[in-house]
Amino acid sequence: MSDHFEARFAAVGGQGILLAGDIIAEAAISFEGKYAVDSPTYTAQVRGGPTKVDVIINTKRIEFTRTTAIDFMLCLAQKSWDRFGFDLKDNCTVLIDPSLVHEVDEEKYKVYRLPIIELTKTKMKKMVYTSAVSLGAMAGLTNYLNPESIRKALLKKAPRGTEEPNMQAFDIGFEAVKDLRHG
Amino acid sequence: MDNTEKKQRQVVFWPGNKVVAEAAVAAGCRFFAGYPITPSSEIAHVMSKRLPEMGGKFIQMEDEIAAMGAIIGASLTGQRVMTATSGPGFSLKQENIGFASFIEAPCVIVNVMRGGPSTGLPTALGQADVMQARWGTHGDRPVIALTPSYLDELYNEVIRAFNLAEMLRMPVFLLIDEVLGHLSERVEIPDPSEYELVERPRPTVSPEEYYPYDSSQGDVPPMADYFTGYRWHTTGLNHDKTGFPTTDPVICQAEEERMERKVSGNLELIEKYEEYMTEDAEIGVVAFGTTARAALVAVADARKKGIKAGLLRPVTLWPFPEKPTRRLGQRIKAMIVPEANLGQMIYEVERVAGCNGPVVGVNKIGGVPIYPGEILTRIEEFA
Amino acid sequence: MAVSYTKYLRMYHMPHMWCPGCGIGIIVKAIIRAFDALDWSTDDLAFVSGIGCTSRAPGYLDMNTLHTTHGRALSFATGIKFARPDKHVVVISGDGDATAIGGNHLIHACRRNIDITLVIVNNNIYGMTGGQYSPTTPVGARAATSPWGNIDIPFNVSELVKGAGATYVARGHVGSGVQLERLIRGGLTHKGFSVIEVLSNCHTQYGRRNRIPDAIDLIEHISKSTVSVRQAEKMSPEELKDKYAVGLLHQDTERTEYCDDYNKVIEHAQLER
Repeated sequence: MSDHFEARFAAVGGQGILLAGDIIAEAAISFEGKYAVDSPTYTAQVRGGPTKVDVIINTKRIEFTRTTAIDFMLCLAQKSWDRFGFDLKDNCTVLIDPSLVHEVDEEKYKVYRLPIIELTKTKMKKMVYTSAVSLGAMAGLTNYLNPESIRKALLKKAPRGTEEPNMQAFDIGFEAVKDLRHG
Repeated sequence: MDNTEKKQRQVVFWPGNKVVAEAAVAAGCRFFAGYPITPSSEIAHVMSKRLPEMGGKFIQMEDEIAAMGAIIGASLTGQRVMTATSGPGFSLKQENIGFASFIEAPCVIVNVMRGGPSTGLPTALGQADVMQARWGTHGDRPVIALTPSYLDELYNEVIRAFNLAEMLRMPVFLLIDEVLGHLSERVEIPDPSEYELVERPRPTVSPEEYYPYDSSQGDVPPMADYFTGYRWHTTGLNHDKTGFPTTDPVICQAEEERMERKVSGNLELIEKYEEYMTEDAEIGVVAFGTTARAALVAVADARKKGIKAGLLRPVTLWPFPEKPTRRLGQRIKAMIVPEANLGQMIYEVERVAGCNGPVVGVNKIGGVPIYPGEILTRIEEFA
Repeated sequence: MAVSYTKYLRMYHMPHMWCPGCGIGIIVKAIIRAFDALDWSTDDLAFVSGIGCTSRAPGYLDMNTLHTTHGRALSFATGIKFARPDKHVVVISGDGDATAIGGNHLIHACRRNIDITLVIVNNNIYGMTGGQYSPTTPVGARAATSPWGNIDIPFNVSELVKGAGATYVARGHVGSGVQLERLIRGGLTHKGFSVIEVLSNCHTQYGRRNRIPDAIDLIEHISKSTVSVRQAEKMSPEELKDKYAVGLLHQDTERTEYCDDYNKVIEHAQLER
């Protein structure tokens, strides 16, 4: 399955997770010449409600735009897991923040626990960098995209003046998962 | 494709609604009136920023009806105009859409279709406005509705919508669904040199010799911009070539038939469809919009299993592509029609396909798209 | 100098379709005199209507004319004016057209303060559709749909538009064409949204059902119900009951106009770009 990759980013509205999906897609398109689609789910109450964005990447044009076999999922809220924890491949890499997500199917998936929120809070001081820390962690846990492509895409999408802290946040996430074991 | 030409193209990763707005600006749209409604609002968001940058006008009106009225008013001054809405707003606009059709005012109406009747599922997809687009306003009038499936196609279809509206002096619908509106994918922006922007026909005669509905030179009468000395009258009442009301049954019939001919007489210009593996197909699939993308996967999967399936994808949904549907219908065993509604386009397929075998719908509502596997199951059933 | 009405009229469409004695004739003539006094080119004028007896007026005037859908004239006019702020846009409407089905557009055009002049012909009834009660039919009055007397409280149109933010509000009546012309002219030259409410007669649908079937009698009846703005100031609320103050009721020249404001938006956007 090296030519096809599916990722899901699930959280609650307002955590800026939709942006993470955009950056992954941007990385694939602009820095690896691949195709990508990105479909956000709009729930009736966008702020505070469970929300997700799905990204599909392929070396060829993508026809069906919904995920059917997810390779990687990031989840930052229990209620988002409960609602969107489906369509995952067996063995799917699942990254959760243990302070926010407590119950996932350990048997089926490779579950990695990283205190993303705590890490962002202590090292970055600003919660807007949650996405960048998450992306760094994702880059460290998956090998479909070159971490450098994700880094470049983040740099490209970062609001003017926030490039440096975003890079720093990315590296924090990337380093933090290096010795992380699943389970 | 020529690589040097491709290099000039800007590659972007935009959501569908932004594609609509940016393509409209590229198509020369300088007037947009709208009213907030999910899932089309992002079109208004982008227009409100982009139009003043271009010296154009954006206005948020007090309701959907007013937004439709405002773009018709602006169209009369010679502007290329657009509004965008979704199901409930499309319902509210219908009377003024009929008015635009009848006074022959060019305008583009985007309907980002959502699920369900009434308020339905505001944040989820549907494809259930197929028949409303065709018959939603009272009385007879011609209809053009474009239903692209991909975002780069969407960009081009927006430009085509403006051109058709101007060339034929009529409203043109862009029917997309929530999935396409919110989906982001790689879009290659064509260079302006790659397409033509066509203007509405304008009078070449003096104001004294001008009739606003003069069809002596063809079915599309030249249209004078307001405030250019032509001082013409127009009305939603049945009218004759002078633009003034008439109840003469012969004229009423001739004029309404002329309006219909603007579409029926220009099918080559308007019709657009794509066929995928239909040459030797034994099972036909007809699908539009994002459902057609699932159908394409299903057809490819069927082929892998040795089933000769083929897809017909109308890009122009109205007028319905009768000839290719019939061509496909007459040589297949069964026709599968997946659509995100309880069965609307299938009536057209049944009407024109001349299919000896069954015409079967795959219908799914509730805001969840039809998956390729669901279509494949039906294909296998009739193979 | 006498006004040449025929200069503004499409004489080839005469005779008009209104009932003999209808107040619309007086009103259209007042509008023409106001145009003539300002010496505006008919090429630069758009005249827009909705549905009802008033809706036929644009057809008779030789300018850029548009007969739209019921209640929606102001939304079309807004599109025209917003696209071409350098031109003049005038709307004529009735009490039903403007304040019932078009009520939402009315209050929002007032709020927006777009430079359009609206003439509302208030004859207290739906004339063209057969005499049904309207939002301005007095309580107790008979109409095709209130055979036992109307129980709906009527709008005070001028107060309504004033409350909604119109920056020029005047009330005239068909008993005084001279005053009417002056009020309309004031509205045309006012920069902003202006409303001229005109108390008019529908003897055919309203008068016949309410014991004043003759045009002249009904116009006289309307005239007697009016008092000048100046007189009204001196009268008690008791005395003003069932009376209508006529003249210029309200004008605000401080508020900025919508298209002007939008031009600033364009300037801003182009600077930031």
